[in-house]
Amino acid sequence: MKKEFKVISELILKNSKVLDVGCGDGELMKFLKDNKTSQIRGLEISKNRVQNCLSKGLTVIEGNAENDLKQFPDNSFDFVILSQTLQAFLDPEKVISELLRVGKKAIVTIPNFGYWKVRLNLLIKGTMPVTENLPNEWYNTPNLHMCTLRDFFNFCSKREIKIFRSLALKNDKTLNLSDKNLAWRNLESQLGIFLIEK
Amino acid sequence: MNNLKQSKNIILTNPQKLDCGKEISNFPISYETYGTLNEKKDNAILVFHALTGDQFASGKNPITNKDGWWSYALGSGKAIDTEKFFVICANVIGGCMGSYGPSTIDEETGKPIGTNFPVITINDMVNAQYNLLEHFKIDKLFAVIGGSMGGMQVLQFVSNFPDKAHIAIPIACTSSHSAQNIAFNELGRQAILADTNWKNGLYEQNKTSPDKGLAIARMAAHITYLSKKGLQEKFGRKLQERDDLKFSFDADFQIESYLRYQGSVFVDRFDANSYLYITRAMDYFDLSKQFNGNLSAAFSKTTSKFFVISFTSDWLYPTAENREIVIALNAIGADVGFVEIESDKGHDSFLLNVPEFLDTLGNYLKTNYKTINEKRI
Repeated sequence: MKKEFKVISELILKNSKVLDVGCGDGELMKFLKDNKTSQIRGLEISKNRVQNCLSKGLTVIEGNAENDLKQFPDNSFDFVILSQTLQAFLDPEKVISELLRVGKKAIVTIPNFGYWKVRLNLLIKGTMPVTENLPNEWYNTPNLHMCTLRDFFNFCSKREIKIFRSLALKNDKTLNLSDKNLAWRNLESQLGIFLIEK
Repeated sequence: MNNLKQSKNIILTNPQKLDCGKEISNFPISYETYGTLNEKKDNAILVFHALTGDQFASGKNPITNKDGWWSYALGSGKAIDTEKFFVICANVIGGCMGSYGPSTIDEETGKPIGTNFPVITINDMVNAQYNLLEHFKIDKLFAVIGGSMGGMQVLQFVSNFPDKAHIAIPIACTSSHSAQNIAFNELGRQAILADTNWKNGLYEQNKTSPDKGLAIARMAAHITYLSKKGLQEKFGRKLQERDDLKFSFDADFQIESYLRYQGSVFVDRFDANSYLYITRAMDYFDLSKQFNGNLSAAFSKTTSKFFVISFTSDWLYPTAENREIVIALNAIGADVGFVEIESDKGHDSFLLNVPEFLDTLGNYLKTNYKTINEKRI
């Protein structure tokens, strides 16, 4: 399992109600179901992946976070997970507010556009960055709203969203992330993991 | 409707109060079973049929000598695997395959009941079939499954009996029959009523049969079961055994010939009055109205795990209507999965060979049966 998923699952309390938005093939869901909680649901846009999940006995609904989170009542989950997809939505701001309406807490992970290799790519080559984490070209990337770890910090403070915990992943190593070490972490890490609350 | 002696029957002696206010008792329910009920009696699945279906879901239908209506999904090694599960499928009341309906012979007059049969509802159908659990001494079904009107019965069943099925799978259905669907049903009914052979429903007594009306009803309905794309691909403007148009009202086009054929074979196996009664029951179906407009309340006591399935090209029971069921279930935190299966085959997709549908259904049943058994141990 991806290091990111391990870190996410450590943030989740036992027997809590969890919604995995964009659950893919259900890898994280399956791990959480076996180890943390039986009350886990998924939302996934790809029909094939939904079918895979359902075949594995995971409760998944076909749908898209921008349109289909509205069917869930306020605070119906303890944790809502959004892994590396915030940047792909037309309206990430709306998605975050929906996550925080449906969930008491949300875990959002962000591929860091401030990572040094990304910055170097643009600085030296003068082209849109293509890295292991961001493998697409500018014309076929699903990522519409890339941001850096600092951008996300700024966004949360502007929107009065509490950051409960924040961690950074640097080559699969988990690091503390706070406004004190932000400048450095924003340069050295590929991924940010945020536990947020309204 | 001969050969019905080959179907299994129980007589329900307990009186049943119908939604229309009348009470019925000592009436027959015809059913078939597939597979074997295990000792723990935990492997039973109740399958509900659609408008023109019957208890012959799999194997050879003794009336038509064709494969049962759900042969693609139900049988040994199929999605609903009869090597593993014990499947019960009953003819709905109002039907014409041995269960209590307008073609049942009235003992007093020796003639079919006809339009003296009470107007029944989906709720009445489900309540009658519930007796089969007692008959087989099954405390809790593993699953209730059905497509179209069968899906409506699934919804009504879990609403009426919230702790009697582990799994509920409503397929290509709705919680409330739409104006468009009522309109199509009305078209069919009017075709039957307009046939002078219908004789106010007393056609058997008059030794006539409203075959033309019933065939037209079937033709119209059949169009709604397919998709525009499916029709275009299968028939297009192809001509029927001719090189050019005949400048007449013969069946020039293959699609015309196909529909005429569908109409003509249908009248051999279906009763016109049953068609009136069952379409009426579908039209009356509005589960949220039964709960003052709150569909979620219909499921408030449910312990079932739901799996809602729709098809991309189904315009009769479109995805949006199936999604409303999902939304209502999510609103109360019920355990509900949902997928829309890609298919060009229209509403009929659930009856046909649609591998993605059959695989997902099969895997879902297999995995959940295993999980439920593990929990019990």
